[in-house]
Amino acid sequence: MDYRNDFKFLKQGIIYFDNAATTLKPDKVIEKMDDYYYNYPSNAHRGDYNISIKASTEFENTRSLVKKFINAKKTEEIIFTSGATDSINMAIYGYFLNNLKKDDEVLITKSEHASIVIPWFDLENKLGIKVRYIDLNDDYTFNIENFKTMINPNTKVISIAEITNVIGDKRDIKEITKIAHENNIKVLVDASQSIGHVKIDVTDTDVDFLAFSAHKMLGPTGVGVLYGKEELLNEISYRKGGGTSISFENPSEIIYKDLPYKLEAGTQNIAGVIGLSEAIKFLNEVGLDYIEDYTNNLKEYLVSKLENNKNITMYNPDVEGSILIFNVKNVFAQDTAIYLNNHNICVRAGDHCDKKLHDETNMKNTVRISLYFYNTKEEIDKLVDALNNDNILEESIL
Amino acid sequence: MNEDLKRELIIENYNNPVNKGLTNDKDYISIEKSNPSCIDHFKIEIKLKDNIVEDIRFDGEACAISTSALSISISKLIGKTKEEALNIIDNYNKMILNEEYDSKVLEELEIYKDISKQPARAKCATIGINGIKDLLEKN
Ligand SMILES: Cc1ncc(COP(=O)(O)O)c(C=O)c1O
Repeated sequence: MDYRNDFKFLKQGIIYFDNAATTLKPDKVIEKMDDYYYNYPSNAHRGDYNISIKASTEFENTRSLVKKFINAKKTEEIIFTSGATDSINMAIYGYFLNNLKKDDEVLITKSEHASIVIPWFDLENKLGIKVRYIDLNDDYTFNIENFKTMINPNTKVISIAEITNVIGDKRDIKEITKIAHENNIKVLVDASQSIGHVKIDVTDTDVDFLAFSAHKMLGPTGVGVLYGKEELLNEISYRKGGGTSISFENPSEIIYKDLPYKLEAGTQNIAGVIGLSEAIKFLNEVGLDYIEDYTNNLKEYLVSKLENNKNITMYNPDVEGSILIFNVKNVFAQDTAIYLNNHNICVRAGDHCDKKLHDETNMKNTVRISLYFYNTKEEIDKLVDALNNDNILEESIL
Repeated sequence: MNEDLKRELIIENYNNPVNKGLTNDKDYISIEKSNPSCIDHFKIEIKLKDNIVEDIRFDGEACAISTSALSISISKLIGKTKEEALNIIDNYNKMILNEEYDSKVLEELEIYKDISKQPARAKCATIGINGIKDLLEKN
């Protein structure tokens, strides 16, 4: 199936291989937001006039779509935030800061994103909890046996990505959660890279918290979601105070509103949330099974082509998924990226907000290609051709 | 200088940069510099004696432009007085910002004039030399 006509951006001839950073936006998403700004540009949950009611309805309609998309039990469990980072911080500072104590242990891995690592380090400093790393396999993928052996009576949380943003391996969240819950361990899942790539079902997996950004699933920037089980979200007593979240007469009479509103203080990114509804509809139409299959196949194709290039070292060729990291012999990752930019190909060079993993391995900085369902074999052929060049370093310097 | 020579000078200074490797000697002052928009990262050491830049060393990983620009800057600045060095850096930054500058004091550093106009390279040409500037200004 060809969805390329649904993205005006693709008509520019730019080859976009940085989908793990953010995905493209279908025209329909952009039009949906334009429609809000042109035709009912009012605040939600505030007015008694038609266009405000329309804005509120569209806003809440997105919440229902998100609920169905991740199969949550209730719309109250869907909190809009400014992005995955904001969602993760809300769970950690809103819930775990109040529910963990000195010597409690939090399990992460060396391939987690900074937005997971940094708040937990901060809690280690603030509370004296211990952040411990679950050892990865030699190919940097998750090892469930290593997880089991790390568990002790102090283990209280496991906080990992479903799919990582560097290696791209998919973790078995259902099995991990089952083991965690048997040991009274809470599960916070970073779904930033899995949302829009694989089916997510929070009821089936039974995770406690799940965070993601709209902009990595065809939606706009500035919107994210925190899913949490209702009873846990209710324990987040207070995060930001402001309109919508509370009603009060004086300090002794603050009354928090009910979920989800008590965690959504202030005017939200209304256009963004409404735009997300079209992104979800689009993903439902394309189908997550199709997307997963298609990108897995595309990665296999990419690997099979690059295998013939003796200058290229691939670091995760056998990991199923949509991400490939590699380096060109004797060329710094950033120079490769700039060289490819000269060929109208967008890739990311760097440590991908994941300094820990890079310190740990000899990979250091790498070039990352991250694929999505609108990428094609023809685009990959162009990349492979461009990389089939012994003078990449020279040509990166125009 | 023609394009091929420029490129050659850059590649040579990238592959074999001068004074790579730190001394960790107490006679040196040091600073760490990263480029927030990319992955370049340098640690720079300077030895100042009687107001003369006696030695500059560095370590770190960075792209061809950042590394070569730092290497050429180091060659140029060693042996200069602090004021002379700061004057060269000042003119270099003016060149990068497209302002008027004194071409005589820059010599081969002028090869970065056009390169820095590529958006992806804008910061690369200045990260190292501004680390040197910070160190000289503070001491
Ligand atoms: C695995 C992972 N977690 C978290 C984030 C943070 O997402 P955002 O920057 O949208 O808050 C990202 C984005 O790069 C990511 O890849």
